[in-house]
Amino acid sequence: MRSLSQCAAALAAGLFFATTAAQATGTTDLSERLAACTACHGKEGRTINAEYLPRIAGKPAGYLYNQLQNFRDGRRNNAAMSHLLQPLSDSYLREIAAYFSALDLPYPPPVASKATVDELRHGEALVLRGDASRKLPACSQCHGTPLTGVTPAIPGLLGLPAAYMSAQLGAWRAGQRKAQTPDCMGEMAKSLTQADINAVAAWLAAQPMPSSSKPITALPTPLPLKCGGVPQ
Amino acid sequence: MKLRRVFWGALIVFGLLVVVWAALVAREFATSALPANTDKFAVTATQIERGEYLARIGNCAGCHTARGGEPYAGGRAVDTPFGAVYAGNLTPDRATGIGDWSSDAFYRALHEGRSRDGRMLYPAFPYPNFTQVTREDSDAIYAYLMNRVAPVHRVNTAHALTFPYDSSLALAMWRLLYFKPASLQVDTSQSAAWQRGAYLVQGLAHCGACHSTRNALGAPLAGHAYDGAMMPLNDWYAPSLTARDEASVADWPLQDIARWLQSGTSPQGAAFGPMAEIVFQSTQYLSNDDALAMATYLKALPVTRGVAFKPSPQTVSSGHTAAADRGSALYKEHCASCHGKDGEGKAGAYPALAGNRTVLMANTTNLYRVVLSGGFAPATAGNPQPHGMPPFYHLLGDDDLTALLNYVRSAWGNNAPAITTLDLIHYRDALRSTQH
Repeated sequence: MRSLSQCAAALAAGLFFATTAAQATGTTDLSERLAACTACHGKEGRTINAEYLPRIAGKPAGYLYNQLQNFRDGRRNNAAMSHLLQPLSDSYLREIAAYFSALDLPYPPPVASKATVDELRHGEALVLRGDASRKLPACSQCHGTPLTGVTPAIPGLLGLPAAYMSAQLGAWRAGQRKAQTPDCMGEMAKSLTQADINAVAAWLAAQPMPSSSKPITALPTPLPLKCGGVPQ
Repeated sequence: MKLRRVFWGALIVFGLLVVVWAALVAREFATSALPANTDKFAVTATQIERGEYLARIGNCAGCHTARGGEPYAGGRAVDTPFGAVYAGNLTPDRATGIGDWSSDAFYRALHEGRSRDGRMLYPAFPYPNFTQVTREDSDAIYAYLMNRVAPVHRVNTAHALTFPYDSSLALAMWRLLYFKPASLQVDTSQSAAWQRGAYLVQGLAHCGACHSTRNALGAPLAGHAYDGAMMPLNDWYAPSLTARDEASVADWPLQDIARWLQSGTSPQGAAFGPMAEIVFQSTQYLSNDDALAMATYLKALPVTRGVAFKPSPQTVSSGHTAAADRGSALYKEHCASCHGKDGEGKAGAYPALAGNRTVLMANTTNLYRVVLSGGFAPATAGNPQPHGMPPFYHLLGDDDLTALLNYVRSAWGNNAPAITTLDLIHYRDALRSTQH
C-alpha cells in the first residue's frame, strides 16, 4: 500500500515536472508527439531492464541534447536513432531533451549481478578511486560522488543495464561512439581493457540508486580532462 | 554475288557509324580547362543573399555537407545503383575546394556538367537538371559560396563506382546518349507562376532526380517524367507526382501544396522519410511566391494514371479469418490510440489511414519502411514540434506485421490487395543490408 502511494506521489511529481518543462519552453506538452521515443525507451522514457535500451527520463538535459545531436550528426551510430532524428531542428532536440530530463520518476531496484566477487571489487575500485599507476581518474571524479551525473551535460552512471554500459564503453574504446571534440570519454575508454569495462559495468549496474537520483549541480574539483559539449 | 555486296555495304555503314561515334566520344574528352579564378567577379550583398537562398532551394548542402561535417566541405556518399559518388568540396579553399574556380567555371559545371579542368562530372550531381539554371542564378550561388562559406581544406573522396561505370569512356557515352546542355523551354501560354514553378521544379530544385522513372542506365525514361522511382538503395520509393493514387497533387488546393512544401505538413498529410529531409534542408526556406509557383506547376502536371480513392463497402468484418482478427487486435493495441479506431486519424497530428495513399499504394516500400523504422515529419517554422511515428522493427514479428498491414489495407473501406509475409521479409532483409 505504502509503495503504491509512493508511486502515485512520484507519478504526480513527474507530471508536475513535465508541465513545468513545457511551460519553461513555452510549448505544448510533448508526450503525445514523442511516441517514436517512448515506443522503445518505455512509457515516460524509463526503460526497465531492456539490455541495450537506456532509460532517458531524468538524465541531465544537456547530456540528452548532446546525444540527440550526436545521433543526428553521425558521431553516434545507431541506424534507428539517426533515421528518426534526421529532419529535426536543434531547437526541437533541445525541447525533447528538456522534456525527458524533467521527468522525475522512481527507479527499480538493481538486478542481482552475475559477476564474480573479484570482478565487482575491481569495478568498484576503478569507479570510486581510479588507478593512479595507470593515470586513470575515478569515474566519480567527473560523474559526481553519488554517480548520478552533474548538470547540465554529464550523465549519471546508475540505473543502467550492465550490457548497455559495457556496450557503450566498448563502442567508445573502438571509436564507434564519439562525442564532441575533445572527446574525453573516448580518451578514457581507450585506456581501459575489456576486463576493466566488464568490471566497471557490472559493479555500476549492481548499485542501488541513492535517495536523490538527481544529478548534482557542481563538482568539487575541475574536470581532469577537457570535454567538448560540457561547459567548463 | 549480290549478297556479298550487301554485306560490304553494311560493313562500311557500320564502320562509318563507329568512326562518327568515336569522334563524338573524343569530343567529350577534348574539352579544356578554364583559367583559374582571377578575382574579377564583382559581388553585391543582395547577390550573396540571393545565392544563399538559391543554394538552399537547390539543396546543395544536402549532398555537399557530410553528416555532422563542415558546411559544403563535401564527402557525403551519394548512392547510385552503380556505386557511390562522393560529393565534392564546394568551400572556397584554393587547393581542395572551388577557391580557384571562376564564375565561368562554376556555371559550366552546372550547365555542362564539367569540372574546372574540363573533366566530365557524374550525373549523380544533377546537372541534367541544373543545366536549366540561369547564369544569373549560377552567379548568385557562386557569390554566396565564395564569400560566405568558410574555406575548408578537405581533399575530395574518390568515387567508388563499379566497372564499367567507373570509366570515363562509359561516362562520355552516357552523356552522348542522354545529356545535352539546355535552357528552360519557356511555355509563354502559361501563367508567370507556372513558368517560375517549371524553372524551380525542373531545374534548381531537381525534383525529377528522385521522382522521375529511370532506365537501366539511370537516365530519365522518356514519357515518364515525375512518374515515380525507387530510391537507389531500394529502401524508399519516390512516389509518382502524376498518378492520382500515389502523390499527384492535382486535387489539392493550391495553398495546401505550398504549405506542405514550406512546413512539411498539410491537411492531406505530412512529409516523411527522404522527403522529410528535403523539406527540412530545402523547401521549408521557399519564399511564399516560389512555394506558390512550385505548387502551381506541380498541380498542373498531367495526371497519367490511377484513380482517386473511393471507399469500398466493408469487407474485413465479413471475412473473420484468424489473420484478420489478429490484425484487428494488433491495430487496437498498437495503432488505434493515435490513428483512431476507424483509421480516421487526428487533424494536425496523426494521419488518417482510411483512404491513405501510402497505405494503399501498389508499391508497398514506403508503407513497410514507415512501420518498421517510424519517423518524424520535418521540424519547420510552420510545424516546429512535429509528431513522430514509432518504429515497430523490434516490436512486431513478420507474421504480426503482415496481419496488421493487411487489416489496415482492407478496413474502413480500404481496398488494397493483401501483402504476403515473404514480401515483408524480403524488404526487412533489404533494409538490414542498407544499415549494416
